[in-house]
Amino acid sequence: MSKKYDAGVKEYRDTYWTPDYVPLDTDLLACFKCTGQEGVPREEVAAAVAAESSTGTWSTVWSELLTDLDFYKGRCYRIEDVPGDKEAFYAFIAYPLDLFEEGSITNVLTSLVGNVFGFKALRHLRLEDIRFPMAFIKTCMGPPNGIVVERDRMNKYGRPLLGCTIKPKLGLSGKNYGRVVYECLRGGLDFTKDDENINSQPFQRWQNRFEFVAEAVQLAQEETGEKKGHYLNCTAATPEEMYERAEFAKELGQPIIMHDYITGGFTANTGLAKWCRKNGMLLHIHRAMHAVIDRHPKHGIHFRVLAKCLRLSGGDQLHTGTVVGKLEGDRQTTLGYIDQLRESFVPEDRTRGNFFDQDWGSMGGVFAVASGGIHVWHMPALVAIFGDDSVLQFGGGTHGHPWGSAAGAAANRVALEACVKARNAGREIEKEGRDILTEAAKHSPELAIALETWKEIKFEFDTVDKLDV
Amino acid sequence: MSTVGDYQTVATLETFGFLPPFTQDEIYDQIAYIIAQGWSPLIEHVHPSRSMATYWSYWKLPFFGEKDLGVIVSELEACHRAYPDHHVRLVGYDAYTQSQGSCFVVFEGR
Repeated sequence: MSKKYDAGVKEYRDTYWTPDYVPLDTDLLACFKCTGQEGVPREEVAAAVAAESSTGTWSTVWSELLTDLDFYKGRCYRIEDVPGDKEAFYAFIAYPLDLFEEGSITNVLTSLVGNVFGFKALRHLRLEDIRFPMAFIKTCMGPPNGIVVERDRMNKYGRPLLGCTIKPKLGLSGKNYGRVVYECLRGGLDFTKDDENINSQPFQRWQNRFEFVAEAVQLAQEETGEKKGHYLNCTAATPEEMYERAEFAKELGQPIIMHDYITGGFTANTGLAKWCRKNGMLLHIHRAMHAVIDRHPKHGIHFRVLAKCLRLSGGDQLHTGTVVGKLEGDRQTTLGYIDQLRESFVPEDRTRGNFFDQDWGSMGGVFAVASGGIHVWHMPALVAIFGDDSVLQFGGGTHGHPWGSAAGAAANRVALEACVKARNAGREIEKEGRDILTEAAKHSPELAIALETWKEIKFEFDTVDKLDV
Repeated sequence: MSTVGDYQTVATLETFGFLPPFTQDEIYDQIAYIIAQGWSPLIEHVHPSRSMATYWSYWKLPFFGEKDLGVIVSELEACHRAYPDHHVRLVGYDAYTQSQGSCFVVFEGR
């Protein structure tokens, strides 16, 4: 039935608050934590969020009547209290599939976290979770290789992978940088990593770094008899330069490159992921700038959303925090989003911060990367928390060894393997961590010294952003 | 005299390559783990000169559904007897992921 044009400002809730709506399997669902301005009713705030992140604008416009707007509008279908918080509430919003371009994470985020975040009726707004419908997931390529293929390419089975970032992160010449890569890899690491800040600075242009690193990887591989790799950072000022670097890495026969997906942007990331699939290259993903967006408990985007978006946009490894190291992140929340990276189905579980059932279908998995302020004493906890499908990266914990990076690498490798062996044998590695490491150190002077060096370091600050329970 | 030690590069065979050789009991523990995970035990061997190859030779076929720890131990030993100079590795093959949940060298050839 046709409608009449009635100019003016209507309350959002008349159109966008639909508590009787039953979401469709094809709807994209979102959960926002909303904190409205004083005096504005919850339904009005929630409906405003639904409107401003989909079809609505502040005033009724005549051209709405040229289409069937009910078919396209986002709707708030549920409001829930946030436990322990009187001001904030959760708004659940359903968006019809046709609001989004196929395969474009950029488009999804432009809608869901666009203008609405600056909306005056809101004091704070946080996107807590998105349920991507299978109909959308099937339009995304996802990880260029996935966990299974990465293991096959790198010949690493039955344990977490071991890596480290080259330090100092800035200021080394290409040749010196390659030396540190070589030391780490010959010492027993699987991967080394460009720091995210390393692109192509005056002290070390990218070609120069790539060439020396390639030689270091090749040598370490020949001498140890194991597969090795170094994440060559291809993040650049323009997509053209990014692809040029990726092509050169391939020319040098390197197995893996790296991208910073938030500073580089989702469009660049999705493009590079597709290049990687086409060229048989693994893709390591860094997340610089994420804490600007995800750390405030009432405003921004939760990292679980950014992690889901990365899996869809494409990457084979993603940084997730360490739980135990120097950077923010509590255990349950972290377990919640590493499931989103690796599993094919993740059930709703509020104790892990997952607001929806999420079916990933046949999409490949992403290795969870734990990096930042960790050392050998953390190894038992890291193996217990992250499991085998992870990359554990010790920067200071490798280079800071009194004998140097190769010995530091060996200490970490011994510790890792001792923990995996003990876990497989049925021991409780977190509880018995001290015994397991001490026993292993009897056969490894490198580990014995590492245990001595780092025994006093602890990181026991409270997490700023906690689950609302 | 400096307290800094010299780290010598070692040639290793991936997982567990940095641990001392396993005792009989330690090998049992790992086989029991593979079986408990529901993975199929699989034995592969190769001459040390080809250890970096993707494909090592199968010993017979994967032991699909084998739950008897003793069977796996005697097959490992039989493989080692037949190819005394080869590396022999035990794989926990996971048909669900088409990957290896576990993989380590039990006998090192020379």
